[in-house]
This record gives sequence, structure tokens and C-alpha cells, in this order.
Amino acid sequence: MIDVISAIFDLNNPAHVVHWHFFEMSLSNVIVICLMLVVFVLAILLPFPGAARRQAARTLKGKSDSAARR
Amino acid sequence: MSVGATPPPSSGAPGAGASGAGASGAVASTSQGKRSWTVRTREAGVGALPPEKLLPDGQPTYVDSWIYVFGVATLAALMVIVGSGLILSLKGPAWWHDTGVGHFFNSIHLWAVELFFFTMVVHLWGKYWMAAWRGGRARVWMTGAIAFLIAIPAALTGYVSQQNFDAQWISTQAKDAMNSIGAGAFFNVTNFGQMYSWHILLFPIAVVGVVAAHVLLVRRHGVVPPFELAERSKPPKQGHPETDGAPS
Repeated sequence: MIDVISAIFDLNNPAHVVHWHFFEMSLSNVIVICLMLVVFVLAILLPFPGAARRQAARTLKGKSDSAARR
Repeated sequence: MSVGATPPPSSGAPGAGASGAGASGAVASTSQGKRSWTVRTREAGVGALPPEKLLPDGQPTYVDSWIYVFGVATLAALMVIVGSGLILSLKGPAWWHDTGVGHFFNSIHLWAVELFFFTMVVHLWGKYWMAAWRGGRARVWMTGAIAFLIAIPAALTGYVSQQNFDAQWISTQAKDAMNSIGAGAFFNVTNFGQMYSWHILLFPIAVVGVVAAHVLLVRRHGVVPPFELAERSKPPKQGHPETDGAPS
């Protein structure tokens, strides 16, 4: 198992570096920053589990409360 | 402990009647002027954070979103960091380098740190774009920013305390940076003992303390509402409470 993983992620080399004009950063850091951006966008776009159900329950409760007041 | 404390019922002091002296005696002693620091602290604490605010049983509807998860994910990662760090510090470098379980806890500690920074940065982005300092929440924002800033040297001192070639490389690179800002004399990154003390005592106390203040302030002021809700709840023709720092 360790051999398989180390074959994929061979760390016995100098780090890969992304270099573009003035910008210079290790590839691993670039990957992590890109992942953070992806997670950030997904966190905004993806619906939260149970949010719609709870919202519907609140709306129903609000309607019944206002009907009771009348 | 305190001069103005309630006398025990058996003392026969004024205000402590022969029967049922407890409650009436307490009222008498607090109404007599000088109150003990414990009472003042308790009243200030309960006034600032009543129990229903400190441990609420629900959150507003708008908190039903993934973007609100990252703050508590950061807290969870911090707990794992502190727990695994405690074990690593008790067992020592020989254990975390030479045993399988030691390697495992070393990795747990490292990856919890990675997760801590990952989730903290996403939390920071989310709160930045929500302008989470609105509605008198400036101190919430500032304590969050300070926690982030303290966490960086906390991580650096951890990397240079690993006791391996990686730590040597990082410390010699960081030494130049510290010398260039004039901090190298008293913050010597090549001194393992000094860095280890910073890493396992001073920085953890600072990070945990500031994070605790941050969480208590969030509890006090509540989670910042979305812009639309804040606009809707704004009273007409009464300035801008979101921007002038009025308390929520």
C-alpha cells in the first residue's frame, strides 16, 4: 500500500514549482489554493441538506400562526 | 474570599434570620452597597452572554448553508490539533520519528493543521464577502483576523520543531527572514528549545484564547445576516446601523 502511494506521490525529488513572470509558487501550494477556491464556490452553490424541508416547515408554521391570530 | 459576601445562616449576622435565612440574607447583603467581585463578574457575564445566547437551541434560517460550516470545521480541526499535539509533546521526538503510532499521531497533527488553515481561509473568504463586521461585529472580525495571524507563527514554530532535515531547512530559511526584521536575536528559529516552547505553550495559549473570545463574541452578536435581510430589518430614515458600528 505504501509503495503504491509513494509511486503516485514521489517526494524524493525537488518540489515542482509554478513560475510565471513574477509569480513563483510550489505546485502543491497552487493545488491547495485552487482546491480552496473550488470548495468556496461549491459551499455557496450547493444546497444544505434539509434546508428546504426546514424552510417549508417554518413557512407552514408561520401560516398556521397567522391563521390562529385571525 | 470577599468582604461583602453573604454570611452563613448559622452566624447570626444581621439579615440572616433564624429560619430561611439564605435568600433573604443574600438580598440584604447585596443591597447594602459594596458587592463582591464574584457577584459583579457573574452579573457582567450573564448580562453580556445570557445562557440562551451562550448555548442557543436554534439558529436563523439563513444559517442553513454550507458557507456557515467552515467556522465550526476550523474549531473541530483546532481541537484535533490540540489533542494530538498534547500526545506528541508528552511522548517526544524519538516516539514520533521511530514508532508507527508516533508517525500516525505526527501525521494526524500535520493534516489537522492543513485542514485548520484550509477551512479557516474559506471561512475568512465567506465572512469577507458577507462583510461580517456589520451590525457592531467589528470585534468579531478583528479577533478572527488576529487568530489567523497568530496561527501562522504557531505553525512555523511547529515546522521548525520537527527534529528532522525538513525542520533544519525551514529554520535556516526562516532565520534570514527573522534577522532581516530584527527579530532574530530574541526569536531564534534555529534554537529548538526556544521554538518548541513557543509552539507547545505560548502560541497555543494565544490561539485558543483568541479563538475562544471570537466564539463568545459570535454568540453575543449572533451570526451576521445576509445583506437583503439586514436591509429589510433596517428602520426607515434612521441612518445605517450596519455601517456605523451600532450594536446589534
